[in-house]
Amino acid sequence: MLNKKGKSYYFCWGFFLAFVIFLYGPTFTIVVLSFQGPEGGLTFPMNGFSFHWFHKLWEGGGYVDIGSAFRRSILLGLILMVLTVLLSVSAGMAFRKKFFGANFLFLITVSSLIVPSIILSLGIALEFRLLDETLKFLGDKYSIQWIINDFQTTLNMYSSGLGAQLTWTLPFGLLIMFAIFNRFDKSFEEASMDLGASSWQTFKFVVLPIIAPSVIGIALFGFTLSYDELARSSQVMGATNTLPLELKGLTTTVTTPVIYALGTLTTGISFLAIFIAIILFMIMRKK
Amino acid sequence: MKINKYFLLAFPFYLIFIFFFIIPLILTIIVSFWDYTEYSIIPDFIFDNYKYIFNKCFEFSNDLCVTFKTYLSTFYFCFMAWFFTLIIGFTVAYFLVFHVRSVGMQIVLFLICTIPFWTSNVIRMISWIPLLGRNGLFNSFLISTGVIDEPQEWFLYSHFSVILAFVHLYTLFMIVPIFNSLIRIDKSLIEAAYDSGANGFQILTNIIIPLCKPGIIIGSIFVITVVMGDFLTIGIMGGQQIASIGKIIQVEMSYLQLPSAAANAVILLMITLLLIWTMTKFIDIRKEL
Repeated sequence: MLNKKGKSYYFCWGFFLAFVIFLYGPTFTIVVLSFQGPEGGLTFPMNGFSFHWFHKLWEGGGYVDIGSAFRRSILLGLILMVLTVLLSVSAGMAFRKKFFGANFLFLITVSSLIVPSIILSLGIALEFRLLDETLKFLGDKYSIQWIINDFQTTLNMYSSGLGAQLTWTLPFGLLIMFAIFNRFDKSFEEASMDLGASSWQTFKFVVLPIIAPSVIGIALFGFTLSYDELARSSQVMGATNTLPLELKGLTTTVTTPVIYALGTLTTGISFLAIFIAIILFMIMRKK
Repeated sequence: MKINKYFLLAFPFYLIFIFFFIIPLILTIIVSFWDYTEYSIIPDFIFDNYKYIFNKCFEFSNDLCVTFKTYLSTFYFCFMAWFFTLIIGFTVAYFLVFHVRSVGMQIVLFLICTIPFWTSNVIRMISWIPLLGRNGLFNSFLISTGVIDEPQEWFLYSHFSVILAFVHLYTLFMIVPIFNSLIRIDKSLIEAAYDSGANGFQILTNIIIPLCKPGIIIGSIFVITVVMGDFLTIGIMGGQQIASIGKIIQVEMSYLQLPSAAANAVILLMITLLLIWTMTKFIDIRKEL
């Protein structure tokens, strides 16, 4: 059966191709439509070809401040990337041995992946709201001036928003670490330890170079999942909006191809991240 | 077990999940018993939020109450999304494992399936608009070929478009675990069955499907839980006209009815956990990584 190219083979190829078209077709459509002429609308036909809507986007399009939302999202994505790599790699190393609460930690990590995002978003919003009220209460009680005068909320992109996104990126990071160490040859590490290297030296000179290509994968998940994350952080970003939040708002208000131009740009950035990751992965594997 | 250096290595990770996962969930349960006014939440221990949710739900003479209706609709979306992602995900994974010979090609095709996962969900939803809309590509195509006479309204902002978007967004959640299970199947097992005279269909139902059950279950857990709590896809693709539990929670939050939203979240969480618990009865997740 496996060596024959029967009906099943051709059917599956056809099916796969159809699936790929289904996956990429719609995105391709909006990329094309984002180059609509100035008179063009939200659907085909194309009314000429231009960069008009990208210019509009650049000028702000009369809508929200897209530029700063962009910068915020990218910065947050980069912070998430670094944190996800550091925390997942260290936790992944820890999980190779037994430690206090290892099973429990594994359980909550996996649970975090499948608990409905809106519930967690609500929970974190509640947590920070109660924190605010506690702080205000303490401020009044002990007459702490800056709390009474200036304090608004602890809910912020870099506190609650960051935390909410970590509960989404870290499980992926840890699962990738598990996958790496399930296929990891321990003998290099043992050899290094036998030769008298400290565990930090062993990690730095033996383990890290071996797992480095896969760590790129964790970094990619950290950045892209944060950059596009919406469900979990939707209720906890505080006063500032990230790009996905702005986009969600725009879906109901914008009726010009500006939104496609924005979509093309965001997707472009995601693709750039993926491209850089793949190149780095290949370079590191060659070493 | 003593607290050792491995514990310290995992400690920051631990801390994040305690502060941003455990405590928020506990607070949600606590606050669901609180009272509230238009602008504040008041510590209390009352069941009003739950009573309100199930208001008139157990008077069976009437129509179904809003809560039950919403859950029924959410279950319907779950089932449809699960069904289609499973069929498509299994077929794609099967193709990648059994029909693609070289490992290099396998990786490339696998990456092709994965890349959209790293792009924006909102964009991927919006991108259906020019295809499904009233003046969209599908309508013009169907009219020009004479299949339909006038533009169909039900392509977009409907149950159909919601399910389509779920399948579009989440089939990957099925492909990855099923692929992972399939690739571990010993090929000689299949050769043996084939040599013993089994036909392709028998091999599929008697060997391949039973052996990839863990993958199917993990994928199902992902898809079902993500649809259970959804408010974005149903919101955007349903034209903000279709109800879901996630949306109820979101709307209540925007009106600062936090205790009520918390009560809804607790019920949703319990139902989701029940579903997962039932499904994990069949497998040991940790062995599958």
